[in-house]
Amino acid sequence: MSNQSVSGRPPSGLHYFLHKSRKALKTPMPYLAFIGIGIWLLSYFLLNEYWRVSPFYKVPGPVEVVTEWLNKDPIWGTSLFTQDYYINIWVSCRRIFIAFAIATGLGVPLGLFMGWSKKFKDYTFPILETLRPIPILAWVPLAIVMFAGFETPIIYLATLASFFVTALNTMLGVESIDESYFRAAGCLGSKKHHVFLNVVVPGALPFIFTGLQISIGVAWFSLVAAEMISGDFGLGYMIMDSFMVNKYTTMVMAMLTLGFVGWITSAMVRAAGNRMMQWRERALGQGGV
Amino acid sequence: MSATAAAVTGNGASGKGAISIRNVTKIYDPGGADVLALDDCSLEIASGEVCMIVGPSGCGKTTLLNAIAGFHSITEGQIDLDGEMLCGPGKELATQGADRVVVFQNGALFPWKTLAENVAYGPIVQGIMNKAEARDKAEALLAEAGLGGVADKYPGEVSSGMARRAEIVRALINDPKVLLLDEPYRAMDALTKSIMHESLLEVYDRTKVTIFFITHDLEEAIFLGDRVVVMTTRPARTKKIVDVKIDRPRDYRLLSSEEFRILVQETKEAVHEEAVKAFEAGERELA
Ligand SMILES: Nc1ncnc2c1ncn2[C@@H]1O[C@H](COP(=O)(O)OP(=O)(O)OP(=O)(O)O)[C@@H](O)[C@H]1O
Ligand SMILES: [Mg+2]
Repeated sequence: MSNQSVSGRPPSGLHYFLHKSRKALKTPMPYLAFIGIGIWLLSYFLLNEYWRVSPFYKVPGPVEVVTEWLNKDPIWGTSLFTQDYYINIWVSCRRIFIAFAIATGLGVPLGLFMGWSKKFKDYTFPILETLRPIPILAWVPLAIVMFAGFETPIIYLATLASFFVTALNTMLGVESIDESYFRAAGCLGSKKHHVFLNVVVPGALPFIFTGLQISIGVAWFSLVAAEMISGDFGLGYMIMDSFMVNKYTTMVMAMLTLGFVGWITSAMVRAAGNRMMQWRERALGQGGV
Repeated sequence: MSATAAAVTGNGASGKGAISIRNVTKIYDPGGADVLALDDCSLEIASGEVCMIVGPSGCGKTTLLNAIAGFHSITEGQIDLDGEMLCGPGKELATQGADRVVVFQNGALFPWKTLAENVAYGPIVQGIMNKAEARDKAEALLAEAGLGGVADKYPGEVSSGMARRAEIVRALINDPKVLLLDEPYRAMDALTKSIMHESLLEVYDRTKVTIFFITHDLEEAIFLGDRVVVMTTRPARTKKIVDVKIDRPRDYRLLSSEEFRILVQETKEAVHEEAVKAFEAGERELA
């Protein structure tokens, strides 16, 4: 830490990560989260398995779920020790990764150009605004008609939902940039592409990453919906499948897994954002020494 | 008038940066709101002059600066830089360029670049220097301005005074003909302000760059300027020009001199007259 303050350069890599973790542990945040989860688990347990309050007792309680989860020989066939559990997680994660990558790869550039060029926005914005309000579930039949198999329609739906959010937030991001940065760039002798790379892109980044966090959530939502309707594997399919055959324990297990995996993916997006916007972190006095 | 100014500065070494503003009119939103911001406004600024612009709020000072910088067009008239037309008949909008660099009221250092990256930006995009050269030059200039220790900080991490000084360094690395400043020290406390003044004067004495400086602070205007141009209430024209025949280099001791006090008083009277007019005009509009 000391060499960091001497050189004054941004802390980076593992060093930065450790520094942040150390700081995080000094704040009440992780402990509060721990207590929060504890309270939630306790109430779940009390309502469900101890007092057996209606309608909660109808679903499996925490002890039952965790026991099954950790069971080497699970009663309902799925646990941490069975292969199908990991296949379902892997399939969903792979789909999310592909959908999110396509949506970001298309949505960010589209949003950047829409925000940057009034003319381009006039062409594209009406289309986007007409398609965007159509709920993603309404696209399901179309996706099935258009694409064969399971994989493509599901990825298509998740991509679509994610894409709209990303494009819109990116566009708003560019529009939020203070005019004086464009003027400053202009009077320092910038050509158009310099302005794009040095003002438009970095200036829109905060909005882009806010958008990406929402977009990955939306992608999960659409993915699970699509997997539940027409799936062969994946966490959404696992929920629907176990529901159909009354394996409620497995169903709750899949739901909790979904929550956990979803949280990890959005944390990854957040971490990527913080890495790319150290100027912002440091200006807020959060990453400083 | 311009001859006097050149004599005062004793400059002309660089021999560049003379601005000639002739009969400039600017109407915002013609046919619509139709706001007449500049009306037949003329002003000659000699190369190497520190020209201070004062006037009531909303009179059209920023409008004039924006026209010179090429941020917006003029409706009539012509503005020349060193005899070459920036904007005028047939070319209402001046091309933005690094010969006229602006320092903004709220500061416009790119927050996503460190101070050194900000300063190095101009020469890189103009293709004058490669990245390494620009970086070395930027660090050297920042160090010269007493900002060597914070070259790798982001603008959000340094004080507003440091940021503003860095912004001036970012302008000067391009060796501009004219430095355009729009109330750059407005939000600063008196102490920071006086440090800013000394730092700007030091830069000026070294570079003799032409300075076009908008301010509301009359003492600042007299302390820094070769001439103080008092603008009328909107639409703006030049009402009065106060020649400040005080030798350079100047320092803070000047502030308590009789000569200084008289000049401030003279300017204050002219501005006050216009401010009253502006106020009455405002009353009329509201009534
Ligand atoms: N884009 C615009 N459209 C219409 N009117 C405008 C526009 N920009 C400025 N004006 C008007 O033109 C007049 C002059 O504005 P300008 O910003 O040049 O004043 P100023 O002298 O810089 O004022 P201040 O001292 O408050 O900064 C003002 O009355 C303002 O309301
Ligand atoms: Mg102004």
